[in-house]
Amino acid sequence: MIRTALLVAGKDLRIELRSRVLLWQVVPFGVMALLLCGLALGPSHAGHSSAAPGLYYLVTLLVALLMINRSQAVERSPGTRSSIATLGLDPAGVFLGKSLALAVELLVTGLVLLGGTVLILHTALHGALVALPSVVVTLCALACAGTLYGALTAGGEAAATLLPVLALPAFAPLLIGGERSFNDALYGGALLGWWIIVVVALVAYVAMGILLYGVLEET
Amino acid sequence: MIKELSQRLLGPVTIVLLALTIWLGLWVTPPDRIQGNLVRLVYVHPSVAWVALYVSFGTATIASVLYLWRRTRSMAVDRIAHCAMEVSVLFIALTLITGSIWGRPTWGVWWAWDARLTTTAILGVLALGYLALRRANDDPVLRARRSAVFAVLAAINVPIIHFSVDWWKTLHQGATVFTVNGKILIHGSQLWTLLISFVGFTMLFFWLLRSRYRLEVRRELVSSAALNEALATRQREGATK
Repeated sequence: MIRTALLVAGKDLRIELRSRVLLWQVVPFGVMALLLCGLALGPSHAGHSSAAPGLYYLVTLLVALLMINRSQAVERSPGTRSSIATLGLDPAGVFLGKSLALAVELLVTGLVLLGGTVLILHTALHGALVALPSVVVTLCALACAGTLYGALTAGGEAAATLLPVLALPAFAPLLIGGERSFNDALYGGALLGWWIIVVVALVAYVAMGILLYGVLEET
Repeated sequence: MIKELSQRLLGPVTIVLLALTIWLGLWVTPPDRIQGNLVRLVYVHPSVAWVALYVSFGTATIASVLYLWRRTRSMAVDRIAHCAMEVSVLFIALTLITGSIWGRPTWGVWWAWDARLTTTAILGVLALGYLALRRANDDPVLRARRSAVFAVLAAINVPIIHFSVDWWKTLHQGATVFTVNGKILIHGSQLWTLLISFVGFTMLFFWLLRSRYRLEVRRELVSSAALNEALATRQREGATK
């Protein structure tokens, strides 16, 4: 399972490295969205920094939707599904691999956006660094959940519009957990409690993915 | 014989129980010392929420798990999951509406960013998402498989809703009947009316589910008959050329 996961993750990351969609499309979109959030809030520094954790995760969710759609689109190119079926790859391994690749991509984008919140939304650098472990766990949980929801909606004509409808309500607890822990890192509070909630969500999504991904990939 | 009788009695008994709830709730039970007549909503809102969260969503989840398990996989359980989720959407909407009606005079707002309210609204959107997912897939097997997985994933929200009043400091009051320590916090005629309301709304769910299931079976029959008819017409056209 681990070997399959590393194979699939390597394949997805190589595709991303060669196409550079993340660098030239997704990251600029995220930074632009963050700038627009700043513009929407107006010139007050205090308003920006207090809203920064929520806006950071909101933009990350929008970026994640693009990445999930892309991650699944890679699998839908002609012959890919039949090749995976012929190779007899473990579906749990495929799920873990795709989640791992998506997590790496989300972490890269997430770090750029975190820098953006410091520069654009005037978040304290020290607070952003304290929030980093919870950001990493939240983004990993997002990647696992996103891989599952991406597989649920993949292939159909309405996949691009269906994914936000299904995934955004499911991502809401992650958004709340992430935002609260980021907020607590900036202004003090029960950081560990929210961090544990997100870790539990991550474990639940990994377990669900290992159990259910095979059903979605059945032919 | 018993099955047929119970099916025939389901509707009338439901109507009697709901009528009894209305009579007891509006005329027999006393007003509350603090809330006054507003307390009468307690005979509707918790029962509707019970059906929305546990009975209908629970039925949809169990049917979905049965579909995912190869031994019990059938289109009948998929149909049950679909019909139960449709009824669930109705009851979640009723839960939010009745809660909102109670919230306006009590909290001063129609909607509050309360953990119980927010998680219930999220469950409503998830249930709508389930129906959207079904509409997006034409292949019945793919549709059944995907919607079953989604229902199981969405069900994670139900325990979060249940324990939200214990986990977070919320405006929404804690449990009255299904308390953590098992102590019932409502008594006398109010308790009886509430229990009758719970049974009545649960039976209403099963009545609606049964009707919706039969409708779905007929719709599928009509759909396949229409397809067969179209194929036969095409074949006849081909034969005459």
